[in-house]
Amino acid sequence: MIRYALRRLAAVLSILALISLFTFWAADSITNPTALIAVNPRITAADRAAYVEALGLDLPFWQRYFAWLGNFVTGDLGTSLVQNGAEVWPLLRTALANTLVLLVVAVILSLVIGIAVGTLGAVRRGSVLDYAATTMSFFGLSIPVFWLGLMLQLFFGLYFANWLGVTPPLLPTAGLYSPGQVGFDLVDRMRHLALPTMALSLQLVAVYSRYMRSSLLDALGAEYVRTAYAKGLSERAAVLRHGVRNALIPVTTLAALDIGLLVGGLIVTERVFQYPGMGTLFFDAVHAGDYAVLLPVVMIVAGGVFVMNFAADLLYGVLDPRIRRGTG
Amino acid sequence: MARAERAPSQGPLALAWRRFLLRRLSVVALGALVLITALAVAADVVAPYPPGEQHLDDILAGPGGDYWLGTDTLGRDTLSRVLHGGRVSLFVGVSVAVLASVIGTLVGLVAGYRGGHVDAVLMRITDTLLALPALMVVILLARILGGSVFDVVLVLSPFGWMPLARIIRARALALREHEFVKAARAMGAGMWRIMFRHLLPNLVGEIAVAVSLAVVGAILAEAVLSYLGLGVSQVHAATWGNMLGGNEGFMTTAPWLVWAPGLAIVITVLSVNYVGDGLRDAFDVKTDVGGGADTAPEASAAQEAHRGA
Repeated sequence: MIRYALRRLAAVLSILALISLFTFWAADSITNPTALIAVNPRITAADRAAYVEALGLDLPFWQRYFAWLGNFVTGDLGTSLVQNGAEVWPLLRTALANTLVLLVVAVILSLVIGIAVGTLGAVRRGSVLDYAATTMSFFGLSIPVFWLGLMLQLFFGLYFANWLGVTPPLLPTAGLYSPGQVGFDLVDRMRHLALPTMALSLQLVAVYSRYMRSSLLDALGAEYVRTAYAKGLSERAAVLRHGVRNALIPVTTLAALDIGLLVGGLIVTERVFQYPGMGTLFFDAVHAGDYAVLLPVVMIVAGGVFVMNFAADLLYGVLDPRIRRGTG
Repeated sequence: MARAERAPSQGPLALAWRRFLLRRLSVVALGALVLITALAVAADVVAPYPPGEQHLDDILAGPGGDYWLGTDTLGRDTLSRVLHGGRVSLFVGVSVAVLASVIGTLVGLVAGYRGGHVDAVLMRITDTLLALPALMVVILLARILGGSVFDVVLVLSPFGWMPLARIIRARALALREHEFVKAARAMGAGMWRIMFRHLLPNLVGEIAVAVSLAVVGAILAEAVLSYLGLGVSQVHAATWGNMLGGNEGFMTTAPWLVWAPGLAIVITVLSVNYVGDGLRDAFDVKTDVGGGADTAPEASAAQEAHRGA
């Protein structure tokens, strides 16, 4: 068991190293971070050379990569190459927190709605409700998240307010807080979170509800549910306690994996709503060729996928006693 | 003998087609798709103006009159650009889907049929690629490569084949134990012959459904890339994605600029999804959810490219 865990850890670490190497190479071939300085007419050649040297940009590729890797492994993320030498870690911490807030709110909301809709669909299979839910999920899967975002901005920022005769917007369409807001304000933050959450959730609800529906249908056909009926349980008890509980396993796992996958996958949503999270940080760093910011972002996202995979394995055990006690 | 073999082998396809025709929504979707494709292919003839033609007296003109769907900030006709954009978006979608399906089928067949070390190595590669933050890698690659249609196909193709590879592998693993495969092997058929003549015909349904999913994924991925300004980026070249990205800032004064290309994407993708659903039923393929817990990561990954959130 320990040998298996160690081998898996070694595999993950070597993949992460490869990803970092690829990202470093990509950042290096995209943009020179000194490009902005070079076009500044007031900078002298000597100043520019000093800047390049201070950042170590005159060193060969391999030396720079291993210097970065050494610092990264020892927990030193260094400073941004373009944002006036800002420390990377605070930038990263803020962005990660913002993304996680949006992601966790959207996933949990979608999970609750998706499980409810999927359960109803499975229990009332073939009803109008089931049909409507299936159709809705097809639409949900066919609408690009960024276009849905633009439409939400259009409706909540313009149309609804105009129809209701109030001053637009009905809900804020961008950012974290209203302009001029200083410090934390829960209500204002929630209002700004509303539209990005809706944009993200439609697709997640579509996936989760379909998933829940078909795994519940499978579970309801299983022998343990028939046994539950046979020993005299009411339909409600049989479905909820035996069917739903088992059907929850795959959908919850999926949600856990989604959090890992989507930590970096919010690039588009964040861009539509000008939400300062990991996606925005990544996108800006790519354009500036700022590998000092880019690499930790990519490493956190790649690492997050592996961590959430592991978490999903653990979740199985919590939700399914057979796995906890079994050999698997 | 050859003829006798052939007649029943057409049976399943004809049967599937007849079952497909029974699903009205899927048939309507197929019709819509044919129409959209025809309009896009014939864009030069159908579109009222060339996609790059600027009408400088009619900048941001509203829908109606000379411009059914209005004009953009450079005075270009939106309808013409949606039609021409469809050509690029559909071309990218289909090319990426076909390439990804070929790779996925080959990897799945070889891994499933050969087994052993080959299987282990191929599946390790598949799993690793599935665990990558695909959108990030795609963005990095897109920045390195240029903005031609070919570049975009090249960037997207390596990231769509993994779900199909795993499905095909699982099916090939099961199929290779069947009598007809053993018989073929006993008669001296080589690995490639067995894979293509004996296994592949049994996997047509899985592949057809996967292609439809891959088309959806590729069209959405192209839209995302273009929206971010990393897709097809030659001057005046229209795609549905770059029309959205380029006009976002004028959304409140000229809403038609986001309505038109967006609805084009939604209608197309919805149609492909319904056709895919019809294929799934027609071929009786179970790729949606296996129900077993172990299929969860696979389905999730299948959705990932799809979502491109």
